[in-house]
Amino acid sequence: MTTPVLSVTDLTTSFLLEGTWRPVVRNVSFDIMPKETVAVVGESGSGKSMTALSIMRLLPSANSRISGQITLAGRDLLALSEPQMQAVRGNDVAMIFQEPMTSLNPAMTIGTQIAEALMWHKPLQRAEAEAETLRLLERVRIPAAKARFGEYPHRFSGGMRQRVMIAMALACRPSLLIADEPTTALDVTIQAQILALIKELQDEEDMSVLFITHDMGVVAEIADRTVVMLKGEAVETGPTERIFRVPEHPYTRALLAAVPQLGSMTGHARPMRFPVVDPATGGSDTPEETSDTVSPLGSPVLEVAHLTTRFDIRSGMMSRLTGRVHAVENVSFSVQPGETLALVGESGCGKSTIGRSIVRLVEADSGSVLVDGEDILRQKGRALHAMRQRVQMIFQDPFASLNPRMRVGDAIAEPLLQNGLADAAGARARAADLLERVGLPPEMSRRYPHEFSGGQRQRICIARALALQPNVIIADESVSALDASIKAQVINLMLDLQESLKLAYLFISHDMAVVERVSHRVAVMFLGEIVEIGPREAIFGNPQHPYTRKLLAAVPVPDPARQGRRRALNNDEIASPVRTLNYVPPLRQYRNVSPGHLVSMAGDGA
Amino acid sequence: MLRFLAFRIALIPLVALGVVTILFVIFKSVPGDQASIVAGATATQAEIENIRTMLGLDRPLTEQYVKHIVGLLSGDFGYSSTFRTNPLPNIMERVPATLLLMLSSIVVMTAVGLPAGVASAAFQNRWPDYLISSVVVALLAVPNFWLGMILIAVLSVQLGWLPSFGLTGALSLIMPTLALSARLIALVARMTRGVVIEEMRKDYARTARAKGLDRRTTLTRHVLRNAMIPIVTVVGLQAGFLLGGSVVVERLFAWPGIGDLLLTGISVRDYNLVQGITVLFVVGFLLINLIVEVLYTIINPRLRHG
Repeated sequence: MTTPVLSVTDLTTSFLLEGTWRPVVRNVSFDIMPKETVAVVGESGSGKSMTALSIMRLLPSANSRISGQITLAGRDLLALSEPQMQAVRGNDVAMIFQEPMTSLNPAMTIGTQIAEALMWHKPLQRAEAEAETLRLLERVRIPAAKARFGEYPHRFSGGMRQRVMIAMALACRPSLLIADEPTTALDVTIQAQILALIKELQDEEDMSVLFITHDMGVVAEIADRTVVMLKGEAVETGPTERIFRVPEHPYTRALLAAVPQLGSMTGHARPMRFPVVDPATGGSDTPEETSDTVSPLGSPVLEVAHLTTRFDIRSGMMSRLTGRVHAVENVSFSVQPGETLALVGESGCGKSTIGRSIVRLVEADSGSVLVDGEDILRQKGRALHAMRQRVQMIFQDPFASLNPRMRVGDAIAEPLLQNGLADAAGARARAADLLERVGLPPEMSRRYPHEFSGGQRQRICIARALALQPNVIIADESVSALDASIKAQVINLMLDLQESLKLAYLFISHDMAVVERVSHRVAVMFLGEIVEIGPREAIFGNPQHPYTRKLLAAVPVPDPARQGRRRALNNDEIASPVRTLNYVPPLRQYRNVSPGHLVSMAGDGA
Repeated sequence: MLRFLAFRIALIPLVALGVVTILFVIFKSVPGDQASIVAGATATQAEIENIRTMLGLDRPLTEQYVKHIVGLLSGDFGYSSTFRTNPLPNIMERVPATLLLMLSSIVVMTAVGLPAGVASAAFQNRWPDYLISSVVVALLAVPNFWLGMILIAVLSVQLGWLPSFGLTGALSLIMPTLALSARLIALVARMTRGVVIEEMRKDYARTARAKGLDRRTTLTRHVLRNAMIPIVTVVGLQAGFLLGGSVVVERLFAWPGIGDLLLTGISVRDYNLVQGITVLFVVGFLLINLIVEVLYTIINPRLRHG
């Protein structure tokens, strides 16, 4: 039998908190065989990142303590002195992190940062190290590697920075690579590239990988074996294929049930609730389609026509106008009462700017936004305030979008008082009422935001948006920051509210699987334009535009059986909507595929 | 970058002109008649009028203003009652002493403050940190003239180690430098400690550690470079303090610099002398700011190329 590259036995990591040692990782054990990929999966606070940092011994020694055994190639890492451990880090075990934007030193060229790893561990001359760095940059497929050697990190996109991190990690040919959520901050097409790159390099280098993630889709795509963590403990360990097919622990079942699966909606016309999971047994109910909430006849609640929003780019000391971001370019769509229209696309495609332009958080350059037949872009003062009551927004970050010094009841009541729709007592009563509606006890209205979890805070934000009884809610990446199980609950709440209040949603998201679940219609955005719009079934079942297809193909599928299907490596970057001043946007023609399903005939660039 | 520099340099005369104009207005509106001050207490009315005509003080204000500006440009700082002539040569004669004091203060401030701050951060919440932090607080609280007097009392009067006044050689530089830089040492140390601790927590520092670098190398090679960006900014803003502080410290140590001369000018109401030195201070301040901005772009790659 081959010996494992890394063997973790009874790992317990504790932090000193207010005088007592609190374990964040408890009795975790697993092995990683040569060339094997092991995924550690769990939700936030499960201790998965702490496990990785414990193996690297990168936790602050003053207030943390690690016990158990971590054996790397026969050596117990916990028994090593700090200088001995330094010889292991970056040499035998390398690590890459979640945030490529902040993980590189902003004041050092990327070439120097990679060469540093080489020269630290190996007796190389500067010139030798630089030659090797160049070879590494080419291996992680950074275009024009030679020219980019001397550039600083701020000139690289997130995906390219993660490639630099990988090059740095691979520099000394480690036997184990620890990847801590390496693709979480990246767009889905870039995520696919980075996953494929890690796989490919792993094969070439005969390297083992410990992959930390919260995403079951990524697990299925990359891992041979999987460790499921819950509250610091490894609740289930086994081959990935077995864990997906016959999950034993209730939590694993719950986790799998909460994962939105692309393609799971085939044959359903309307949005569907996520299954409600019983955390004790892991069993779940079979969700049904929501009732028909859309009123197809009659006038739309929201009608956007030829909306264009551009941002000036000024540079130089005279703040000369040097270019424009064509964030939203001639976009038209409408939303019926009770309908959910999803806007999907990758970062920089303009989906959020549409939402912001509609409520006039940013000013559009041209076009019209009709809410119940009136153009919100042409309203001023009181009339604008009145119109804003009918369109409310929920934002991505529930931590940042509640005032930390305001009781949540007051936060919910504020829009009512501000618009003079209720007196203090009336607003309080309504706030309590709304809290109940979103599934929180009304007594909680006197608490402050920090006393709530992320999911609860997002419920509070929904309650605040509902206070003014809007017809349309713009949900801008509203569930993106939430763990899978919480995400499912919040979406179920939104679907319930749609049924009871006949709300229309403009659901802005980058997550194709969630979009498939919640929307009636979908608009796919690319570089500020809608490239394809139509009924949800048509977009997912019969995608026409090359960009839509690319987007769908990039979504990780939570099905380990499809792991063999290797993607071709590519390193396209997400195109930029920054244009020169004299750029004239071409007039787009749309082709009618089926009733309501339109595709842009300009397919290039995608 | 070059364009930026050219722009900043071109700005200096403009700002200087603005300041000179404001000064002119202030000096013209303070109470007291310049002609009678120059003439002295015993002068007759005729003598005063005579001096007024001689100094051009009877001309319209606009004419005086233009003459003043043209004079400044050609090196004519006007009539100084102290020197009984154009004070420029006397001012310039004293510039080196002030520059020497400022330079030695900047060197001491960086050479002491920076390492102290880094050490404080490296030993965060352990005894070296507590020790350095206490000294820092003490230095921030002590006024420079008081510190100067204590230094004189101990090092010159009691121990007789250092000369108590004047510029008489390398030894005489020690006490004025300490008095002038004490506050800045403390400021730099405190700022450095905070910034270094903050930077040590950042992701890129963790990346450096994950590469296998030890704490020390992570600190010196990665963290310090990034920490310098905010430190230089704050230190640059404090440079004006050096100019202001030099006035008091120079008087205390009878230092033959322009700060000392400024106080003399003020005490005898020698308007043109005061005005001339103030203009010099302004230009000096603008130059220091320029140097700080250049330093700033050198250490911050994001500013070098967009």
